[in-house]
Amino acid sequence: MAEPDNAELLALEHEGDLASFCPHCHAPLNMYDAGTRRVWVGLAVRVNGAACGLLLDPRLDASERRCSDGWNDGDLAEDVICPHCEASLLEADGRCERCEAPVFGLEVSVHTRVVPLALCTRAGCPWHGISTRTRAKILAESPRQKKPEQDAMLRVRNFSEVSYGYDGEQAVAEAGRCLQCKKPTCVDGCPVGVDIPGFVSLIAGSEFAAAAQRIRLRNALPAICGRVCPQDQQCEKLCLLGKKGEPLAVGALERFAADFERETDQVRLPRRATKTGLRVAVVGSGPAGLTLAADLGVQGHSVTIFEALHKAGGVLVYGIPEFRLPKSIVEAETGNLRRLGVKFELNSIVGKLYGLQELFDLGFDAVYIATGAGLPGFMGLPGENLCNVVSANEYLTRVNLMKAYLFPEYDTPAPKGRRVAVVGGGNVAMDCARTALRMGAREATIVYRRTRDEMPARDEEIQHAEQEGVRFHYLTGPVGYVGDEQHWVRQLQGVRMKMGEPDESGRRRPIPIVGSNFLLDVDLVIVAVGAGPNKVLFEGAEGLERNARGYIRTFTESGRTSVPKVWAGGDIVTGAATVILAMGAARQAADDMHAYLSDGQTAWL
Amino acid sequence: MYSIADRQELTKRDMISLTIEAPLIARKIVPGQFVVVRVNETGERVPLTVAYRDAATGTITIIFQVVGKSTALLASLGVGDAIKDLCGPLGAPGHFEKVGTVVGIGGGSGIAVLHHLLSGHKEAGNRLIGIIGAREKDLLILEDEMRALCDELVVTTDDGSSGEHGLVTDALKALVERQERIDQVLAVGPLVMMRAVTEMTRIYGLPTEVSLNPIMVDGTGMCGGCRCTVGGETRFACVDGPHFDAFKVDFDELIQRNQMYGRDERISLLTSIKVR
Repeated sequence: MAEPDNAELLALEHEGDLASFCPHCHAPLNMYDAGTRRVWVGLAVRVNGAACGLLLDPRLDASERRCSDGWNDGDLAEDVICPHCEASLLEADGRCERCEAPVFGLEVSVHTRVVPLALCTRAGCPWHGISTRTRAKILAESPRQKKPEQDAMLRVRNFSEVSYGYDGEQAVAEAGRCLQCKKPTCVDGCPVGVDIPGFVSLIAGSEFAAAAQRIRLRNALPAICGRVCPQDQQCEKLCLLGKKGEPLAVGALERFAADFERETDQVRLPRRATKTGLRVAVVGSGPAGLTLAADLGVQGHSVTIFEALHKAGGVLVYGIPEFRLPKSIVEAETGNLRRLGVKFELNSIVGKLYGLQELFDLGFDAVYIATGAGLPGFMGLPGENLCNVVSANEYLTRVNLMKAYLFPEYDTPAPKGRRVAVVGGGNVAMDCARTALRMGAREATIVYRRTRDEMPARDEEIQHAEQEGVRFHYLTGPVGYVGDEQHWVRQLQGVRMKMGEPDESGRRRPIPIVGSNFLLDVDLVIVAVGAGPNKVLFEGAEGLERNARGYIRTFTESGRTSVPKVWAGGDIVTGAATVILAMGAARQAADDMHAYLSDGQTAWL
Repeated sequence: MYSIADRQELTKRDMISLTIEAPLIARKIVPGQFVVVRVNETGERVPLTVAYRDAATGTITIIFQVVGKSTALLASLGVGDAIKDLCGPLGAPGHFEKVGTVVGIGGGSGIAVLHHLLSGHKEAGNRLIGIIGAREKDLLILEDEMRALCDELVVTTDDGSSGEHGLVTDALKALVERQERIDQVLAVGPLVMMRAVTEMTRIYGLPTEVSLNPIMVDGTGMCGGCRCTVGGETRFACVDGPHFDAFKVDFDELIQRNQMYGRDERISLLTSIKVR
């Protein structure tokens, strides 16, 4: 057995944060190298029959070879031996997840704790082949990079974006936490199947623009999804790191890559295929419509989007507030679509200005309906039509789309209140409460009938709302509203709830507690209890089947409807859901539409 | 952008008629439907009922009274200027069938809407009696057009400066008292006027339809700002209406709701004056 070059190495016991020991004789393996003035872990290695020395950084992020000429790049070590007891450190059934190299074990002490480690000897393997389990453990202990944010006390007085996003250094550090799993479960959690390990490893290598392009292969709106996707319920929920510690910040990294690309003017859109001459009409310019338009535009079809409002983006412009998704970003993304040749017809209501069949008469070969769930939900309670009881849709539309936060510079006012109650527990409710604070409310209270755990809002939004001082009344629900003689709302009549048995949706059903009624002084109530399908579209859409709740009935995964050559997707099919689910549906529809149109198929269902 | 083809001042008191080039809307719109107008980037979305349309020239005409900042802004536009956004046709189309005699009651700028609605009833073959009223002569519009359209026209002013001295309800009462056969009443105008008409027709048992004008944002059924109680149910005037069975409408609630932004409207008007 060959010794490492001991002339320059001195045995050390505990030096620095980490100390390594042989698992057999427990001899300390850390050594001080006077030449490099660093502490290394010294091991004996056999390569191509020759004995060599291997030095590993105690933090396992660098290695150095001390050997004769025999060890070439890419050569695998045949055996790893403890220089003290000469026992083989190889683990019988261990294999590096990435490079399939054999694995060997060390005892490593982190501060005072003893953590077993397994390492492979593959030179050039970024993680030196530490087995997944161990790597996960180490990475999970490394803290997730925090997104810098505006101070909560300051931001409740402005509409600038709450979160600033990572800088390059943080993004690289966070991307380095990715395990690069061979079978990435995070991708399974993504409705549009973004290559998450792929773009994350590009960020880790500081190739930010390339990372954004990698995302763009599957997702036409990365800057938007990085901000509004419920990552905690999708990709990040399935991240292996999350099993032991904090999951990788996929959303923040996606946002970083997209922002970098846009801000440095490096947006490179996919190349358009040659024109097919086929025309597709898209009804609604929300997330589903935009995604489908982008996909089909790239495939060479000529796409026209019909939008009822005066701005493209649907819920992205009327619903999601400026402080969560700056409208300049939506404009940049719709601008990218225009560059792909997608046409926008604003102020054009399908169902009023054009009937569905009329679109075919105008020469469109296929129609995609993505009108969303735009009908505000009310609860039918007494006093719901009092002044200053408004739907979340109205409140957010006034503030976001019509820019009431700039009133009177912009002409549209928004209802004002000092004590604001928001009924509901979704993202929309959080948006309303946080908007109300920014519009000058003294206090904003969320009235939600279940508990915090059941709230459907994104974790980040709930946390932000809590930081900003939004009050939460859990297990309470409104039963009516009391107004003054001028018909303005003054009090919310509420009742306390307890959690009952789970209902069909699997969530436990809240049951009112008899006699627990209470009054809450309010002067503005925002009702954010979900949304339904707007029926305007269905005027002049004979034969388009709908389900009992009024949503469009689809007959295939891809969203084919009862009318030939008409697809539908997004909230108008599923009921109110998330941006990314709508985009996922649009991706499927786009693939199916492309196949149908280019094959000249005739069979519909 | 939608250019303005013609502009008329109908009276000395800020009753403006704008004819706007909008061929697609002109092709589709039917009497009783409205459009939403947004003059410029900072403007409000203002719902305005269309008074005429001309499918041949591709224009629609809106008539409005200057009452606040947005209407003042709209009134400041001249021929050749353009409106940034124009969205329509909105609202459920009016339905017109032959019922016999239709009495149309209009007040203020509602007369313009009434004219359009009555033209629909005329086409359906109904006999028309018009009652139009205003506070004073200078607020009265479309008198000649109404006279040409209706088989009989009564004009009233609150101060007696034109036509009969009195309210439109007085004229309606006179019609009933002379035993005129009335099959349908149509009332368009200020809410208080429509409420007064409804109270009267309820007594006489005359089927009455009103055209409501609540506060709206988008006009497409998305915000619910225009909700009103009709027959005990909440309805959205923008998609379910704006025409409703008058006997079922809760006018008091609507009158209160329409004052929700009164303070903001004044602020808006005052700041815009200061800016100039």
